[in-house]
Amino acid sequence: MARTEKKKDVVIVGLGWTGSILGMELAQEGLEIVALERGHDQNTVPEFQYPNMIDELKYGVRLGLMQKPRNSTVTIRRSLDEAALPYRSLGSFLPGNGVGGAGTHWNGLNWRPMLSEYRLRSYVEERWGAGIIPEDMQIQDYPVTYDELEPFFDRFEHVAGISGTAGNIKGQIMEGGNPFESPRARAYPMPAMPTTYDGAKFGEVTKAMGYHPFPRPGGIASQAYVNEYGMQMGPCNHCGFCERYGCYNYSKSSPQTAILDALKRKPNFEYRTKSEVLRIEMAPDGKTATGVTYFDENTEEEVFQPADLVILAAYQLHNVHLMLLSGIGQPYDPVTGEGVTGRNYAYQMNGGYTMFFKDEVFNPFVGTGANGMSIDDFGIDNIDFGQEGFIGGSYISSGQSNGQPIRNMPLPSGTPAWGADWKKAVGDWYGHVMSIGSHGSHMSYRTNYLDLDPTYKDRHGRPLMRMTFNWKDNDIRMTQFMKSKIEPIAKALNPTVMQAGFKQAGAMYDVRPYQTTHNVGGSVMGADPKTSAVNRYLQAWDKHNIFVMGAGAFPQNTQYNPTGMVGGLAYWAAHAIRTDYLRNPRPLV
Amino acid sequence: MRDLPGVPSRRTFLKASAATAVISTIPLSSQAATPTPPVPLDEYQPKTLSPVEWAFVMAAVARLIPSDGDGPGAIEVRVPVFIDNELGGGFGSAADWYMEGPHQADASPLRGYQTPLTPLQIYQQAIPVFNEWCQNTHGKIFADLDADTQNQALASLQKDEMKINPELRDFFTLLLQNTKEGYFADPMYGGNHGMQAWTYIGFPGARASYKEWVGRFNVQYPLGPVSISGERA
Ligand SMILES: Cc1cc2nc3c(=O)[nH]c(=O)nc-3n(C[C@H](O)[C@H](O)[C@H](O)COP(=O)(O)OP(=O)(O)OC[C@H]3O[C@@H](n4cnc5c(N)ncnc54)[C@H](O)[C@@H]3O)c2cc1C
Ligand code: SF4
Repeated sequence: MARTEKKKDVVIVGLGWTGSILGMELAQEGLEIVALERGHDQNTVPEFQYPNMIDELKYGVRLGLMQKPRNSTVTIRRSLDEAALPYRSLGSFLPGNGVGGAGTHWNGLNWRPMLSEYRLRSYVEERWGAGIIPEDMQIQDYPVTYDELEPFFDRFEHVAGISGTAGNIKGQIMEGGNPFESPRARAYPMPAMPTTYDGAKFGEVTKAMGYHPFPRPGGIASQAYVNEYGMQMGPCNHCGFCERYGCYNYSKSSPQTAILDALKRKPNFEYRTKSEVLRIEMAPDGKTATGVTYFDENTEEEVFQPADLVILAAYQLHNVHLMLLSGIGQPYDPVTGEGVTGRNYAYQMNGGYTMFFKDEVFNPFVGTGANGMSIDDFGIDNIDFGQEGFIGGSYISSGQSNGQPIRNMPLPSGTPAWGADWKKAVGDWYGHVMSIGSHGSHMSYRTNYLDLDPTYKDRHGRPLMRMTFNWKDNDIRMTQFMKSKIEPIAKALNPTVMQAGFKQAGAMYDVRPYQTTHNVGGSVMGADPKTSAVNRYLQAWDKHNIFVMGAGAFPQNTQYNPTGMVGGLAYWAAHAIRTDYLRNPRPLV
Repeated sequence: MRDLPGVPSRRTFLKASAATAVISTIPLSSQAATPTPPVPLDEYQPKTLSPVEWAFVMAAVARLIPSDGDGPGAIEVRVPVFIDNELGGGFGSAADWYMEGPHQADASPLRGYQTPLTPLQIYQQAIPVFNEWCQNTHGKIFADLDADTQNQALASLQKDEMKINPELRDFFTLLLQNTKEGYFADPMYGGNHGMQAWTYIGFPGARASYKEWVGRFNVQYPLGPVSISGERA
């Protein structure tokens, strides 16, 4: 028998980045709010404390802070005619779990997409004609412009505490920053972090080649900082245990350091952990949600939490899963092309060169999650798609972030994986390596999508979500183009040996190596309810009191890490709810 | 009385004070780094592995990271103890992983871990299969072969020349991965004894504070490693 809790104005599903933002913004309206988080509670003290957090085996390798596939996972197949198999142990992507979500153990790299990315289909059609868009590619425009979003990017960057060098303030190009960035209203809240030797070498050589290097912007505090909620950060120690770890030093931008302590002090905000939402419940007419049902691990029972407003903030994958399970939006069908929920799942296309220097020393354990220098000269705005034969772009960087020896031991190709030669090689090469990586866009396609798996179930008996995904030629051509641009940079650095790692034609999706936790699409925002699941305010088209946060809103992936955009969109949606929806709850479009 | 690692017993203290002049010339760091195994590996009582499995692991890791040449081998840093610990814990029982059927163990390796077996079960079932193959091919079980033949046998396992049952196909990958983990993980997990592997490659372990080092380009960081429990080497 399900227990029923006292009704709230708002229920928030998941307490990571977007759940914390929506919690704070809506709490300021005086609403009664409960956030339901499936994982445990965690704070800088005691959970992230030194020295226990500095444990590569527990957190870097066994993934102590991440989602446990036993409790929650997906199935994956590469094509419509392959049987999907469970993603049984984590590899390719690492969804978060527990208060703070993936926002506790991200790298902190923070970006705003380039101007073409908000209206990609129109941009391509205007410049080159629809003819260059491959037949199965389903790129579309965002239903909102960069100018509309700018104040909300700004807001997120100032709450999160981003360090960086502005490159374009109100159209004026600033020396030392990224001249290709979308124009910002003001500088980053903190100056850029210093870079390590690898980034400095990359910066020097790319500058000499006529490119425009700039420090990578990131949620890593370069100095003491206090944000608008009164939350404080202290300067980073470059501890080298950043990505996959909670910061022991109050220096990494996260829900814990930027929002949660201030939010927890609000008497109208409450959160419950070990509370996994199973589905969203609908009114008999199907036009609105009445609340959510969750599993309370403390009492081992299902609980109904009634609420007037439901915010899905459970990460892209779980938001889409809950939508599919609860009948929010028609499920997408790749054969007919109809339906919206699960449509346009996309990922990230990355590659890189590794360079070995016999006589140079990099101290690879010194670094932050967002360390280093980048160039955007081959960013998506700067590429002639018609001439190059692909749609997309990448930013290119160098900067070490975690030289921990179990998982970060690049060796020259041809080195045996074990035995005397392996041992000699780790002694010879550890600390003498740098890399240059490209981080690139990924388009959306007819057959890359999410739906419910017909076979596999989770511990609650719910069907797992099924991911159908494979690499496509367009994005492989894009990454091969980046290879051709990085190779001369790598050569100019004159390494002892160098080697490339870029996807090649025919590459199949391999779920084993970590790639990125930048899963996007599936709850796409758009102007047309036939090709999008949510409207321009992230409001479900068919159920107006449900708002869906996260990178699921992206119609295709941008060339950047997603969270700058995710945070910006969360503030944009929160603003619409606060200033318009609450006064008169209805479909806003 | 058995000596604890890094903690001189009363007896060694007395012996040392009898030779103070000699001892005091040894730099402190090398003193701390001298590994003092808590229990010699050949007397160690495995918690998880059977005697045959233990003998296999001892022999295999000694080839995967051999003792000769620069740097410690897997035996000196007590990798077998690490593996015995890990297989007896959440890793060995696949506690975090989704293990529901149906299983398709022979799927393309690109599709990840698909066997119904846990890592511990894979070790337990693959070791006898591999030993039997060694017996048939080389005349002895793995642990009894000479080092060169062991290297050949491991190369065959790596290349799957014996066409092992697909449910066991991740065996070599797991064994090698666990061996490297035991070499480089914090010593509290039983391997990387005395932080010798960190010292060998120049990784400072749990120091995790390098603000002053960001801008010192191309200069070797000077300090040796510390462990989570505060050991120094
Ligand atoms: C290793 C790593 C590195 C990354 N690096 C970067 C980077 O450098 N730059 C960047 O832009 N992005 C990065 N990301 C991505 C970034 O972390 C995410 O974009 C961001 O956290 C998304 O915010 P969110 O609110 O959508 O989800 P999250 O912050 O993950 O929060 C979702 C929360 O919902 C909870 N939840 C899920 N399902 C349920 C349910 N059914 N009921 C209740 N609660 C639920 C989860 O436990 C989690 O706490 C990285 C991610 C990882 C894992
Ligand atoms: S690198 Fe800096 S921000 Fe990252 S975890 Fe370490 S101290 Fe924190």
